[in-house]
Amino acid sequence: MHKLLIKGGRVIDPQAGKMFAADILIVEGEIAAVGPGLEPGEGAVMDVAGKLVAPGLIDMHVHFREPGFEAKETIASGSRAAARGGFTAVACMPNTDPVADNRAVISYIKARAKEAGLVKVYPIGALTRGSRGEELTEMADLKEAGAVALSDDGRSVASAAVMRRAMQYARMVGLPVISHCEEPTLSAGGVMHEGYISTVLGLPGIPAAAEEIMVARDIILSEYTGCPLHIAHVSTAGSVRLIREAKARGVPVTAEVTPHHFTLTDRAVADYDTSTKVNPPLRTEEDVAALKEALADGTIDVIATDHAPHTLEEKDVEYQQAPFGLVGLETALGLVWTELVIPGVLSPVEAIRKLTVNPARILGLQEGVLKVGGDADITIIDPELTEVVDPATFASKGRNTPFAGRRLQGLPVATIVKGQVVYNRNLAMIS
Amino acid sequence: MNWKRKDLLGLQNLSAEEIKLILDTAVPMKEILGRAIKKVPALRGRTVVTLFYEPSTRTRTSFELAAKYLSADSVNISTATSSVVKGETLKDTARTLAAMGADVVILRHPMAGAPNLLARTIRAAVINAGDGAHEHPTQALLDMFTVREKKGELAGLNVAIIGDVLHSRVARSNIWGFTKMGARVRICGPATMIPPEIEATGVQVCTRIEEALDGADVVMMLRIQLERQQQGLFPSIREYARLFGLNRERLALARPGALVMHPGPMNRGVEISPEVADGINSVINEQVTNGVAVRMALLYLLGGGGIPDA
Repeated sequence: MHKLLIKGGRVIDPQAGKMFAADILIVEGEIAAVGPGLEPGEGAVMDVAGKLVAPGLIDMHVHFREPGFEAKETIASGSRAAARGGFTAVACMPNTDPVADNRAVISYIKARAKEAGLVKVYPIGALTRGSRGEELTEMADLKEAGAVALSDDGRSVASAAVMRRAMQYARMVGLPVISHCEEPTLSAGGVMHEGYISTVLGLPGIPAAAEEIMVARDIILSEYTGCPLHIAHVSTAGSVRLIREAKARGVPVTAEVTPHHFTLTDRAVADYDTSTKVNPPLRTEEDVAALKEALADGTIDVIATDHAPHTLEEKDVEYQQAPFGLVGLETALGLVWTELVIPGVLSPVEAIRKLTVNPARILGLQEGVLKVGGDADITIIDPELTEVVDPATFASKGRNTPFAGRRLQGLPVATIVKGQVVYNRNLAMIS
Repeated sequence: MNWKRKDLLGLQNLSAEEIKLILDTAVPMKEILGRAIKKVPALRGRTVVTLFYEPSTRTRTSFELAAKYLSADSVNISTATSSVVKGETLKDTARTLAAMGADVVILRHPMAGAPNLLARTIRAAVINAGDGAHEHPTQALLDMFTVREKKGELAGLNVAIIGDVLHSRVARSNIWGFTKMGARVRICGPATMIPPEIEATGVQVCTRIEEALDGADVVMMLRIQLERQQQGLFPSIREYARLFGLNRERLALARPGALVMHPGPMNRGVEISPEVADGINSVINEQVTNGVAVRMALLYLLGGGGIPDA
């Protein structure tokens, strides 16, 4: 019988909103007991004194690029990056080639994830065929195949009529809709936030209004159709305001923010560093402040990375030519700790809640909690450990990060999926 | 002071002292241009490459002549006839040029920041000859040189820049350059062509051309690209000319002896009326001459002219 005892740590229970000293006994991949002074019997022991023991982190927004763009990332390399970042489960966006708009691609992704055998990979199906924003996908079929949500992430559904039908249908099927909010005629040609920095750099801008118009539209459609709506990668103060008002009215809307959007501003674009080219773009100090406030007051439910790997060659070009996106899985927890927990924006429990139970609830997953009888998906965090980000050490194929050289504190030191240690930084295992 | 920079990417990061050094260096260069034999050996043995990803006659020729007058070997590469059409990246092209021994690479590129990328890649000096809507530092330097020549001093002057500021690298470089040298800069143009938060660069934004011209010592007109009308940035050429065109009556609002400038090529009758373009206030042709002098100064400073090899 396979047993593992996680001994001597402080357990974070985000559902109960508590942190307490306890051991966790894992038997055959499930949590068998949580409590003080547990004994492993003949099993192994992981000594986690001074560490935090959290439910396995869930990143509900990653791009694993397979099928179609395996040079950027594969499900296997992405899974390794997730494990190294402390994530036990991820939800991957459907903008692959072919697009995950049919059962075959969803099944393929699941099969590849199983082969990789590291973290749980939950596919998100496309909202419209080819993510072209015209015809609905066979949503019921996608759900049966294993899709946990629907999204045309990477672009907005430009037609309000199509979006309305998609939300009506998705509600019937019982899948949440994740919306990439970008009014395409306003953002067309833009490569960074429109403001003082874009003016000085002479780069075409994407105004905050391009995001906010679509956030407003989709909130109105969510209210009208009753379909649960999740706003991906919120980046502006105006979007935060709209979401806050909608939640107060009872609209079934949730929202996520990325670590790069709550950490960096458009000033990072100076000198045309293409690793700062993301969509939505890095915004202003006021926007960053609004995002932090929204994290603290619960307007923003989830922290997700929008992990978007690209090859070195693709990014090593003129700013306007480079593709949008940065890699986030392996810097996420460190940024959450350094930028949010240590300065007191979020308590450790609140931070973990936005990385576990909240995304699980939105996607309808059982994960995100430590409960007896549940899968033993666990992330061990060392809140004191510091490290300078070195992209050369990434497990991801992507090296496109603007955080190279930045010192982060609060890092994952072990990742356990169904009782199997899929990442172990240097914790002692005693058999 | 001595020149310490490897590259000239823009005027935003230059100090007033550095700008003054370039302008001062251009004075003896202009004297060379007045000679019967316009050639000095300052850059003999140096290689200057002009790498142009956008069509340009005046800037490229100006740089090429500047290099030749200083006895440098110069080569022109335009993308229509280079490996760029075969898909070679900017960085690879630059590495090739560097490997062939180029000392100075002059880059014109449709994308903002391309010279910054180049400067990070190669050891040769890089001069930005215009990148997207970012900067066109040599144009601004020749503008400042021309104004200083005519007015003696840049500090305290009122400079009006009128037209499509949103897409204008010339405007951006001039804003940095003139404000650093102590001039007051006003900009004016259709609201759709005023970049967001431009006031934070220290300029005053005027919505009416009369307001911009009032008491101006220098009136700098920008070229309007007619395809911007198709993009919906202004309703018609007619309305643009009516609201923002410079004519004799409007010029009368400026100070007596105000200089009229244009980076060229002009749309006569649109942004500037023919009688103003060719009138006594116009220094448009002198701008062209001074462009060669200023570029000689830059090649001299960046190309290590007269300075023994380290």
